Amino acid sequence: MTDSVSVPAHAAEPTDVVEVPTPDFEGRPGHVRSRRVAATRDLLIRSLIPVILALVAGGLLLLILGRDPISFYSDIWKGGVQQGSWEDSAMRGAPLLLIAVGLTVIFRANIWNLGYDGQFLVGAALITGLAPRIVSTPNAVSLTLLFLVAMAAAAAWTLVPALLKARFQTNEIITTLMMSFIGVGVANILVKGPFQDPTVNIPQTRVIPLNRMLPSIPGTRIHVGVLVALAAAFIAHFVLTRTSFGLRLSVLGANPRAAAHVGVNVRRLIVTAFLVSGALVGAAAAADILGVWGYMRANWNPAYGDTVIPFVFLARLNALAVIPFIAFFAVLSTGGDLAAANANLSTDFLLVLVGLILLFMTVIEFLGRRRDLGATYLTPGLRSALRNPFRRRTEIPEEEVTAQ
Amino acid sequence: MMPLLHFAAASNIFSRAVLTSLVGGGIVAGVPLMFTALGESISERAGVLNLGLEGMMLLGAYIGFIVAFHMHSQTLGFVAGIGGGAIGALIMVILCVWLGLDQIVVGIAITLAGEGITSVLQGAEFGSSYPRLGAPATAAIPGLDKIPVLGPSLFNQPVLVYIGFAFAGFLVWLFKRTNIGLNLRAAGEKPEALDAAGVSVIATRSWAALATGGLAGLGGAYLSIVGAGVFTPFITQGQGYMAIVITMLARGKPGWVLVGSFLFGISLSIATALQLAGVNISIDVINMLPFIAIILALVIFARRSYLPPALAIPYIRGAR
Repeated sequence: MTDSVSVPAHAAEPTDVVEVPTPDFEGRPGHVRSRRVAATRDLLIRSLIPVILALVAGGLLLLILGRDPISFYSDIWKGGVQQGSWEDSAMRGAPLLLIAVGLTVIFRANIWNLGYDGQFLVGAALITGLAPRIVSTPNAVSLTLLFLVAMAAAAAWTLVPALLKARFQTNEIITTLMMSFIGVGVANILVKGPFQDPTVNIPQTRVIPLNRMLPSIPGTRIHVGVLVALAAAFIAHFVLTRTSFGLRLSVLGANPRAAAHVGVNVRRLIVTAFLVSGALVGAAAAADILGVWGYMRANWNPAYGDTVIPFVFLARLNALAVIPFIAFFAVLSTGGDLAAANANLSTDFLLVLVGLILLFMTVIEFLGRRRDLGATYLTPGLRSALRNPFRRRTEIPEEEVTAQ
Repeated sequence: MMPLLHFAAASNIFSRAVLTSLVGGGIVAGVPLMFTALGESISERAGVLNLGLEGMMLLGAYIGFIVAFHMHSQTLGFVAGIGGGAIGALIMVILCVWLGLDQIVVGIAITLAGEGITSVLQGAEFGSSYPRLGAPATAAIPGLDKIPVLGPSLFNQPVLVYIGFAFAGFLVWLFKRTNIGLNLRAAGEKPEALDAAGVSVIATRSWAALATGGLAGLGGAYLSIVGAGVFTPFITQGQGYMAIVITMLARGKPGWVLVGSFLFGISLSIATALQLAGVNISIDVINMLPFIAIILALVIFARRSYLPPALAIPYIRGAR
């Protein structure tokens, strides 16, 4: 991950370390708390700046293309938040959040599951085919069953990369991508073949009746899949931070050899991480199909996963922190449809924004790390002015002068 | 693969027209893969994992197509394609090689931004119409092009194809017989040693990554100018990733890269050949074939694929 990059050379110079004051005898709690607040603020700023920079750079790009960035972004607000479209955004957020949580789990183990598209579509295709065939069962039973089927199918789709990685350390980036392309093909074959609705001319599956879909939250149009996604985020956060499984994942991510030394069954853990990640992607497919679409067309591929990746990193692989980012992107993506149509641009413009966010994120991360290490070219006075611009300054802190 | 054998017995799959179109199509489809995979074999050797290959191919494909379309010159198109890929690679060089940022994240970013920007620009300029280029000029090698089956497909191709073959040979020489080749390998195997020997790891990796971008751009330009004659969004369809796998399985050896590229080229172009043979097989199955082939190859040869130890690890002088 971005944090695993080795430390620049000048970190070794002890005089550079100014950010870590030794606790004094009184153990002033206020001091500690203010440092914690400062650290949180730093984290927040570092997560937000890439997004803002990407929006600005995207605006410049729009200007170059002869579009009006102001009206583009206000269209996003209009189409993503106003007049009840926030409900669409919330529903768009459900699959995005589930995929984000699935990626968080596996990225914590420093394993790359990039096969989300194939996993998503295989799960989606199976349940669109299955749903019209089980209309006689009670709705709660069939919905649960469909969720489980999608999760199992998507999890099964990670098995080949997982086993190859566990057994031969085969690069999982490649294998998951290849399985993803195959999964897209398999989904198409299913939709055009056994699951095709014979009554329509275009290749698509039968439409699931409205009363067989996920019920909506009373008073809104939002389906309960959104609640499922939120619950998944909370549960995942608990499991990742408060259980031994979460700890084992983190140890594996930090150093696989160390994990083996402390008795972690690395092979089994790799496979488990893959299965959990795949199952969450499958749940995303179920939430999207059963909550919003109700059927599947051939060659349909929303490619949610690609756009989710930067936000998983911006949230520092934290399953709760990812929620606001996903909310932001859900609005961007829902409103982006309207904005792109109004500006007569392809919706793929959002991909550019996402790519820019990723690029700026790595750069900001780099600068932030240098700052943590105290590497800067500013004079002590300027530096403390930057750190705390609103304090009236009469003296330069002693430690910073000696640090230079 | 079993159904294919079954079909083979039943139809005239081995007729001359089918074989010619199979080999010829394999070459047309394989050349973009060949350039891109040869490029990747340079940068992988030097320790730069280039996951942005897909984006660089698309940049090369788009810019190459635009230049060829407006300037009415395919040669200029190829040159512009190289430039387009190199622009993508420049981002990689600055962020990953100079600043030591995460190569996987930056690679994904370049791919996403490349996909997005080429699709947006194409839509902004042409709307939903896709103008075509004329058929590419081919140069037949006198005598050899009369050989049945192989002649028309192998020896009657655009000049760039022959240049590509020659380039693979050049790379073999470069890797095996020159200091540059040794430096490249050291930069991927043990960069500290290269640094200690007084050669700049950063410079070596920078040039390697730039060359990769240029070659990927050239591959993309070939795809849009010669292969399809048209630029459509997402035209590469995962070929950048296929190139990475080919390089991995070929263990970075140019000769094997060549073989792998054309094998995958054939599986990409098998649709046309099968249609000629009268086999009616779903396009989805055919599109999956190269990826199934790769997965099978990885399952069977998993232990034989090779990546340099310092791959994707940024080199920072003096760091441990």
